[in-house]
This record gives sequence, C-alpha cells and structure tokens, in this order.
Amino acid sequence: MVESTAPSPSPLPTPVPATGSGAMSERARARRELILLLLRRRAFLIGVVVLVIWVVCAVLGERITPYDPFNAFFLPGHQPPSPAHLFGTDRLGRDVLSRVMVGSRDVLIVAPLAALLGVGVGTLLGLVMGYYRGIVDDILSRVVEAFLALPVILVALLTLVVLGSSSVVVVFVVGVLFAPIVARTVRSAVLSERQLDYVTAAKLRGETGLFILSREIFPNVLGPTVVEMTVRFGYAIFTVATLSFLGVGLQPPSPDWGLTVSQEYANMIAGIWWPTLFPALAIASTVIAINLIADSLQSVLNE
Amino acid sequence: MTLTAPPPQDTALKAALRVEDLALSYVVRGIPRPVLRGVTFEIRPGESYGLVGESGCGKSTTAYAAVRYLPRNAVITGGRILVSGDDVTKMNDEQVRQFRMHHVSMVYQDPGAALNPTTKVGPQVAEAFAVLGQPRKEAEASAIKALQRVQIADPERVYQRYPHQLSGGMQQRAVIAMALASDPKLLVLDEPTTGLDATVEASVLDLVRSLQAETNAAVLLIAHNLGVIRTICDRVGVMYAGKIVEEGDAAAVFERPQHPYTLGLLRSLPRHGIRKSQRPLATIPGSLPQIGADLPACVFVDRCPLATEICRTVDPPNVDLGGGRTSRCHHIDRLGELTEPPASAGQDTAHGELTLSLSNVSKTFRQSGHDVPALVKVDLDMFDGETLGLVGESGSGKSTLAKTILGIETPDVGGELELDDHRLNPKSMERPTEDKRSIQMVFQNPESALNRGWTARQILSRSVSKLTGLKGKAVGERVDKLAASLRLSQRHLDLKPRQLSGGLKQRVAIARAFAGDPRIVVADEPTSALDVSVQAAILNLLSDLQSENKTSYLLISHDLGVVRYLADRIAVMYLGRIMEVGESENVFRGPNHPYTEALLSAIPNVDGAATARIRLEGEIPSPANPPSGCVFHTRCHRFIKNLCEVTEPPLIEVEPGHLMKCHIPVDELRRLQAKARQEDVVLTTPPEALEAAAAIAADNPG
Amino acid sequence: MVRFIARRLLLAVITLWLLATIVFVITNVLPNNVGRTILGPFAPEETVNALNERLGTNRPILVRYVDSLRGLVTLDFGNSFVSGKAVLPQVVGAVGRSAKLAGLALLITIPISIAAGLYAARRRDRFADRAIVLLGVTLSSIPEFVTGTILVVVVGVGLRWLPVLATAPDNADVLTQIRFLLMPAIAMAIVYFGYIARMTRAGTIEVLQSDYTRTALMKGLTTGQTMRRHVVRNALVPTVAVIAVQIGYLFGGIIAVEKIFNYNGMGSTMLFAAQHKDLPMLTAGVIIIGIVYMLATLAADLIMAWMNPRIRLDAER
Repeated sequence: MVESTAPSPSPLPTPVPATGSGAMSERARARRELILLLLRRRAFLIGVVVLVIWVVCAVLGERITPYDPFNAFFLPGHQPPSPAHLFGTDRLGRDVLSRVMVGSRDVLIVAPLAALLGVGVGTLLGLVMGYYRGIVDDILSRVVEAFLALPVILVALLTLVVLGSSSVVVVFVVGVLFAPIVARTVRSAVLSERQLDYVTAAKLRGETGLFILSREIFPNVLGPTVVEMTVRFGYAIFTVATLSFLGVGLQPPSPDWGLTVSQEYANMIAGIWWPTLFPALAIASTVIAINLIADSLQSVLNE
Repeated sequence: MTLTAPPPQDTALKAALRVEDLALSYVVRGIPRPVLRGVTFEIRPGESYGLVGESGCGKSTTAYAAVRYLPRNAVITGGRILVSGDDVTKMNDEQVRQFRMHHVSMVYQDPGAALNPTTKVGPQVAEAFAVLGQPRKEAEASAIKALQRVQIADPERVYQRYPHQLSGGMQQRAVIAMALASDPKLLVLDEPTTGLDATVEASVLDLVRSLQAETNAAVLLIAHNLGVIRTICDRVGVMYAGKIVEEGDAAAVFERPQHPYTLGLLRSLPRHGIRKSQRPLATIPGSLPQIGADLPACVFVDRCPLATEICRTVDPPNVDLGGGRTSRCHHIDRLGELTEPPASAGQDTAHGELTLSLSNVSKTFRQSGHDVPALVKVDLDMFDGETLGLVGESGSGKSTLAKTILGIETPDVGGELELDDHRLNPKSMERPTEDKRSIQMVFQNPESALNRGWTARQILSRSVSKLTGLKGKAVGERVDKLAASLRLSQRHLDLKPRQLSGGLKQRVAIARAFAGDPRIVVADEPTSALDVSVQAAILNLLSDLQSENKTSYLLISHDLGVVRYLADRIAVMYLGRIMEVGESENVFRGPNHPYTEALLSAIPNVDGAATARIRLEGEIPSPANPPSGCVFHTRCHRFIKNLCEVTEPPLIEVEPGHLMKCHIPVDELRRLQAKARQEDVVLTTPPEALEAAAAIAADNPG
Repeated sequence: MVRFIARRLLLAVITLWLLATIVFVITNVLPNNVGRTILGPFAPEETVNALNERLGTNRPILVRYVDSLRGLVTLDFGNSFVSGKAVLPQVVGAVGRSAKLAGLALLITIPISIAAGLYAARRRDRFADRAIVLLGVTLSSIPEFVTGTILVVVVGVGLRWLPVLATAPDNADVLTQIRFLLMPAIAMAIVYFGYIARMTRAGTIEVLQSDYTRTALMKGLTTGQTMRRHVVRNALVPTVAVIAVQIGYLFGGIIAVEKIFNYNGMGSTMLFAAQHKDLPMLTAGVIIIGIVYMLATLAADLIMAWMNPRIRLDAER
C-alpha cells in the first residue's frame, strides 16, 4: 500500500530517438509516433471502430440499409425484432435498423460543424485573451463567464424559438455556446506558455504580438486544443440529440436518433421498447466512442 | 569545515546505516532500467556522510531506498539495506511504518512543499510527536520545545502560522524539528538547502551540525553542491551512474581526489579563486550517460582520459587507499597524467570605453495597494569587454535590474539608461533594431528558453534575420558561424530542444543571444540549471566569446565561485540598492561592506576556506517594507545604534573603482575584518539590530 | 477574505448584467418578428402589427433594453404570452420542483462519485482505477434522456421496481415522493458521476504525489491517517468547483428527464413555453437558471477561498 502513494513512476526521460537524418521530416515522424502510441490503446481502437461504423452509415446511407428508412412497409407497426427486422419496426412500420443507420447522418453533420464553429471561435478568443491579458482579457473573461452561466439547452430552446428550428440555427447556437468553454481551456494553456522564457526572447528581438501568438505559442497549445475539440464534438452530439429529443432540433420525417426517441418513448410503457432503445443506444455508443478517443488523445499527449 | 570529533572506534557498535551492494532498477514500459548498480557504503552513529554526484547518478534514489519510499515501478534487484542491523528491504508495510516512526527521519528539498498548506505549522510538528504515542496536550508542548530547539525565536507564534506565512529558512527549521521528534538513529537530508538564500543556508547548515552533535544521529546528506558536503560531512561518497566511484574523508577527497571522475569534477569547478585570465576550466569530455542505459564494466570509461580496454570488460576493483579511503579504478597510479589545462595568454582585462550607464534608476511595483520598491536609485556603469558580476539574495533586485536594462521592465520616472552616447528607450519594443541587437539575454533555464517546437537551426536563423536584417544564404552562413563558435555540429542544428542535453540547449541559447553581435549580454544564472561537469564548458565558451567579440556581460549568479572566475567587476545588491561595487580582486580581498562580508562567509566553499564566521540572524526584510536609514541595519553584525537606523550611509571609496555605502570608516572596517578572520569567533547580528527589526515589523504588520 | 468576497460579488453583479444583456440580444436583436412568431405564418399582416404594438416590440432598442434591465432589478419578468399571468411566480414554483429532483440527484451522486474518485486514485493504474475511469467516461457520455429511457425500460417496465412517472400523488409524504423521484434522479446522477469522480480522482492523485503527503508518510502515519488528515481536504478543492459547474448543466439536462418521466418541473414548463412561443416565460427561465448557476459558482469560490489559508487570511508574505 505504501508504494501506491509514492511519486509517479518513471523519472526517466523518454528515450531520445536516434537522429539519423532520414528522409522523413521531423513533424511527420512525430505524427507517426503519436499514431502508433494511440493505436496501442484499446480504448482508442474501440472508439475509432465505432465511430467509423457510424460514419460509413452516414455516408453510404440508403445504399446499405436493408430497407428504405422512409417508406412504411405497410405492415402493422411495432413488430418486435425478428430475423427479418433485426431491430423491429416502428409505429409506422418502418424498419428501425435502417432508420438507425441513416439517422447517423444528420447528427454527424450538424454536430461536427457546431463543434468546429465553437472550437474555431473559442480558440481565437482564448489566444487573444491569454496573450494580451490586461483590459481585453478582463472584459472578455466577464463575457465568457456570462456565457458559461447560461444553461445551454435552455438558451438553445430560446434561440430556436426566436429564430425557428433549422439545422443552421442549431449549428450556430451550439457552436456559439461552446466557444466560451474552449476559450477558457485555450486561454489557460496560453497563459502557461506565455510565462516561458522563449516568449521573452522573442520579444527581445522585436517580434510582433501576432508573430509570437501564431508561430511561437499556438503550435505549442495545439495539443490541448485538439483534445478539447474532440471533447466538444462529443458534447455537440449530446446536445444536438437532446435538442432533437425535445422537438426543437431536426424535424420529422428525419430519422434522427433523438427525434425518434422522442416520438416513440411513450410506447415504452406498453412494452414496445425497441424503437426507443436502439436509437438511444446509437447515441450512447457514438458519444462514448468519441469520449474514448478524446481520453486516449489526452493521455498520449500528456506522456 | 567538518566536525573534528572522530567517529567512535567501538566496532561492536552497529553501523547506523549499511548499504550492501544495492542494485535497483526502474521498470519503464516493461523494460527494467538499472539505476543503482551495486552501491556499498556505511555510516556509523554520530557520523555524517555525504553522497554527491550529478543528475542521474542515483544519490536521491539511494536515499529514498533507505527509507523505502520508492515508486511502484522501482525494483530492488540485489543487495541489502541495513539500518542498525535490520534489513529494510525485507520489511512489510507495517514494519516500514514503524521503522519510519522510530528509526529514520527525513528532511527535504523544498520545505514549503513539504508542509501541508492548509494546516497550521504547529499541529504538523505536533503530529510527529503524537504518532509516537504522546497525548495531544503533551505533543503540543513537545512541538513548541522542538521549534525552540531549531532556533526559532518565537515558537508560540510560529506554531499558529500557516506554512506560506513563513520564510524558506523558517519552513526548513520546522521540517527539521519534525524530523528530530523521534530522535532518529538515521537522519536523511535530501538537498536541504537548495533554493534557500545563501545567508539563510549558512544558518540552516550550522543548525544541522549542532543538532547532530547533540543527538549523535547518523546523517546521510544528499547534495550536488560540493561546498555543502564539505561544510557538513565527515565522509563523502562520489557517485557516478549508480556506483560509488570514490569514498573517504571529505576534506581529503576534495583536496586530493583519487579517481579520474572526482578529479575532473573538482578541476571543473572554479576553485581557489582562479580567474578566467589565468586558465580555462578543465572539462570532462562527453556527457552524462542516459539513466538506465547499459554501461560497460567501469561506468566512467566513455569519458575517462585514462581508459584502456580492461576498463570496459573488467569491473574496476575497489582499491583501499588507507585511512578509510577507497577508489574504484584500474589506473589510480596513472592519475598524475591528468594535468590541468594550460594557462591562457593573459587576457586583456583592462576595460575599454564606457558602454552602458544607468543613473538614478528606480523601479517600483504596485502590488495589491502597496508600493514595492524593487530598485532604489541605482547608478551603475558597464564598460566594453568586461564582465560585471551582480550578486545578491532574494529581494535584492538583481533580476529587476537585468529586466530594466533589457527593457522588459520600465524604470520609474527620473531614471536614465544610456548606451554609448544615446539614451536608451526604456521599453524594449520601442527601441531601434540597432539597440535591440546590442543588448541580449541568456536565461537561466534552457528548457523554457527555447521554443520546443522549433529546431535549433530555426531558432538561430530567426534571430539572425530579425536582428541583423540579413537575408537568404547570408543567414545560413551566419548561423553556421555561430554554431561553430559554440561548438555545435550541423547535426545538432537540426534537432529540437528536447533532443538536446541541458548543456547543448544552453549553447543554442547563447548562440541566439550572439546572433546580432551584441555589445552587452545579460546572463541570468547561465549555469545554475546545469550539471557541474557541463558548467565548466559553458563558462569557458562564455569567456572565449567575450575575448573574441569584446562583449560585455552582466552576469547574475548566486555562485560566488563562478562570479569570481568570470567577473572583472562585482556589484553586491541588497533590497534594491547597490551596497558595494568594485574590481573583483579588490572586492574579494576586502575590506568589504558588512553584507558582502557576511555573504562571503556564508557561501559553503568546497575548499573549506578560512573566512571569518558570520551568521546573520533575522530574515531578509520584505522589499515592500524596507528598514529606515541603512536598509541592512536590521541584520548587520556591525550595527551601530542611533546611527545606522537613522541615516542612510554615505558612499565611501575604499580604493579607486571600489565603492561602498557604510557608516564605518574604511580603515576601521579593514582592521575589524582582519581581526575577525584571525579569531575563531562567530559574529552575529547584535540584539539591538534585531530589536530595530522587530520595531519595524510592529509598525507595519503583514 | 473580506476583500476577496467584495471583489467576487462585484464580478458576479457584472456577470449578471452581461447575462441579461445576452438574453436581451437573443430575444430582441436577432432578426425575428414576435407577433409573427406567435400568430404563425398565416395570420394577416395587420393583426401581426397590432399584436406587436400591444406587446411593445416595436419600440426603439434602447428603450426596450432599459426596460428589460429594470424588469430584472425589480424581478418583474412580464406576463406570459399564453396565460397572461405574471411569469415569475410560475417559474419560481417550477424551479422549486425541479430543485427537489436535482437535489435528490446530487445527494445520490456526490457521495458515491467522491468515494469512487478517492478509491480510484488510491489504486492508480490498477484494474479498479481503470475500470472506474472507463465507467466514468462512458456514463458521462450518455445523454440523460438515454439513461432515463433505458432505466424506464429495464427498471420501470421490465422489473417493475419503481414507478415510471415521477409525479407523486398530492400530499404524499417525503418517503413516497422520493420513491417517485428516484428513477429520474438516478438517471441524472449517472451522468454526473463521471465528471465528479474523475475530478476527485485527479485532485487526489495530485495530492498523493505531493511532497507533504510524503512528509506525512515519513512521519510514520498510516495511509488511512494520511488520507484523512492530509489528503482529502486538499484533494476535494477542485471537486467543489466541478460540482458547482454541474449545477448549471443539471438544470439543462433536467428538461429531457422531466419530459420522459412526465414531471412538472422547470423543464416541462420551459418546454411548454417553447412549444407555445412564450418568450417571457423562456426568458425568465434562462435568467433564473443563470442566476442559480452564478450563485452556485459563487458559493463554490467562497468555499474554496475559505479552505485556502492564503486567501482566507489575506496575508501578504
């Protein structure tokens, strides 16, 4: 028991790679090293596999579904899972498996866009706040905090009511509401870089703020930013699915997962669980996959 | 200076610590990497033993192994550790706990971090007694007594304080008090004074010595600073790559080393007051082996000038040289072949024209409503091609002074900076490129000084093009030239900082500073973060670059040996003011300002130099709350009541070019200081001075 | 400490003002036509204009802004578009009911998460630790409505252990109320377990590696004593911050849970308002929850400041 509280293992520095002047550039080599490290982690592999499955479904969509997700099969609805319909049929007789497969598309378009928007804006904000500090930082920090105090789903509800429900609005709202969190992470990364002597050295040779931020500091905060982006991606799916569930996101007849759950969950009491459970599991699996990837990225980058 | 009492000769007395052939590996990614390769040594009760070596030699690992505080991936692959006869390596968890409670105690490197920040200091000390079974009230009383024992003046008050409210010296005393609670048989000290100011360090080391004499505990001291070892330890073991290569009486080993490594190490230190004009420092070729690498039979063979084939294949024998001295080498008889570097052609130390001039420079910071004067009315001159050494403890303002010269901080209104014949813009960003090139900096920590995402070549190219305006091929040529003068190979240039060793990184940083052919280079502790064997090469390089380019250096260092070696002139700072300035030799010879005198006496010297023994009491005052009159009066061992606390001292000239600010006339100082050197009395801060300090503290609480 | 509190309160007020402004921007600056939104795309132009006139949405922006700020300060959020009655009492009541659910969720999750985090940190990198981290990552990824759904299917319908609808009969005693609220509370607790456990784990690991933990062990304290007296206090500081932040998210996720379990709390009220374009109701809801979040973070900051002697004593050293 004593050992578990001793200092963390390995005071040894990571072995310096042999420096033959290979044809591969330094950056490419570092990237390959990173990927190899990641591939060794089970969590990362699982995450990637699941994500890839859903991406394939989203891209190939109707071409690989067993049935047409939009056409009712003209059978009585709510058939339980069977060899013909692995996930059963929904209330309109549509094959649940096909709908689940295609349902990935909307989410996998909207969520990444929202995440990208949030990370883009947030990173810019974070860089500026962290580097220039002073009054700019003070004011922007207040604004960021105000945004953080807003309950995301509620504000999304409000905005969607005001502007009307559409995918564009969802992307915009979720993106803007995510930006402050990203800004905070990037800001603190910039703050710790800024104190390092190489920044002072750059100033002493007369570099402009823009140069220092973009060429000196930003490459070094890229790591945490990438991790943050992956995490935001997961949250974006989470949020978009919840909004669809609440009825203010994507609209019928979209086979979107959250929407499907909201349309069918009332039937659970009657014992018809399959049209609800499978889309729900689809959402869960996607977000878990992304979180596993993000977690692995973070561990590897911290080594 | 070592204890003069010889260790007890009673052989029936069990050794307090006996390490037998200890081998230890760390398992990294499944592969065991050897860190200790058969360490053997012994400490008897009442004896103090120092383990010294550079980073990665395994000295800390040995110490922590002795107390069984090792990370989970550490595996003891051989040997035993016996404390008073009990084998520590075989104990189970509960036995280890009992062992720590009763037999061994430890003092650590960073006392502030070693104390729980959210608990008051007193209860933490009391806990050490409570663990032994004392009931609460008794433990509290014991704690207060313990605090008194470590020379804390007001133990009840300190009892109620939180760690962050105490200075570094006080924190370490509290930790020592905790360590002595159990009256341990073995006291382990891991770099106990690294990070403390020189004058504070001296009193803590004194404390350790006196306590050891009282308690008769065995002391194991880990340090990389040979001066500290010499001050405290009776015997010393020199470690390299997980083996003890030489062992013996501390003074003897340091005066007449009997192993190529020890010899090289001692020769690379600026000792016995040598100066750059006399000869370059000896360096040990090559670099420290990677931790955990597989090494030949003699671990030092790759860097040893005496190495032969046998050294690679046959384990060097542990030769007994008599008198408790041993050395692990095949070729001890050939040590005479290792000669010192030849004397240099006497360097032209006569300084040139006036380059930089500071007049009336002050810098006041505003911190939560208070004015904190970091620099007060500083006048300073620097000349072409000379090195000005800046010496001082924390709060002295030396970093602020450096930053002001560089333009990173702007001085208060009224201060002037002049370079050659024109005024320097106080802000670096607003200076013309010409001026930016002229003043550059080398930082203390090579890790953070280089952008880890850039290669060395990119770093240097950018500096060259930005500072000189050269373009295209010319840039590459200049980069190559810089690399050559810093002995960097083309291969090194294509590496990123994390692939370079500390010494190489620092060379890139120095090359970068020289990119624009500067007039003045500010070097802030340029070698402090480097291992001893690497320091010498850097100091030699700096010296060479200076004589080639006639660059001036502002050298900030806490290491007086380095300062004495490189600096032509020295300025001593205290609380933002320059207390004394003059040519190096004159300053070191004396007569000195009392603060300088105390500083010179405080710094642990590997030569065991016979200076006067001065121990300053009290703490360095906070710059926000400076004492009246002469700011040093609250600690000055030559304090004169009703004079020093009332008026600021005048500037007096000791000899041409050597100035100081003191009320005591020069001849009187000369006489008193000569007397102090001859007598074996410890001079300390008189009570009147401490009262004056208390009066100030009372006026301005917190 | 006093100075710290004063400064923090001032910042809170500023943040609140900014919050209100952001909400104002959303409802008044973004291109929309309130009258049109309420009456739908088929209503005639004159009716829409008349409605807008009546609601005062045509007044200049600055006037509307000042009005909204005044409303904020006097706690008058206007009247519901749907019921015509004052909005605030309804929102407050709804928030109160949701608070019961949220409170129960926190009560369940906090002790379990902290215990799990501490346990994982003690057994770092061993199986238990990896399992807990994996579990935390997994569970926190699942949206509340998904966990709610699964719980309903498995526990409510399949096993029939707990009632599916969260609203207890009127005048039910506390225990019965809890029984009804238990499933939705668990659905929420599951999500937050991940964050809190991981944060506790991280904080504890950092403390376990600290020098003062080493000092305690070297004094001869048992690991139990060390944990109790030195580790836990310092490790929980970042956890307090996380819990405060989660309170904000709680009220977001609660909407989905309330929908599934048919609970008449704030979530349902807001959902109804959204479906009926009841802007004043929505606005009030957003601001009230924003205030709740700010109060929670304020409390967390004050707790952490109090636990940190450096701030508590305002000592300058």
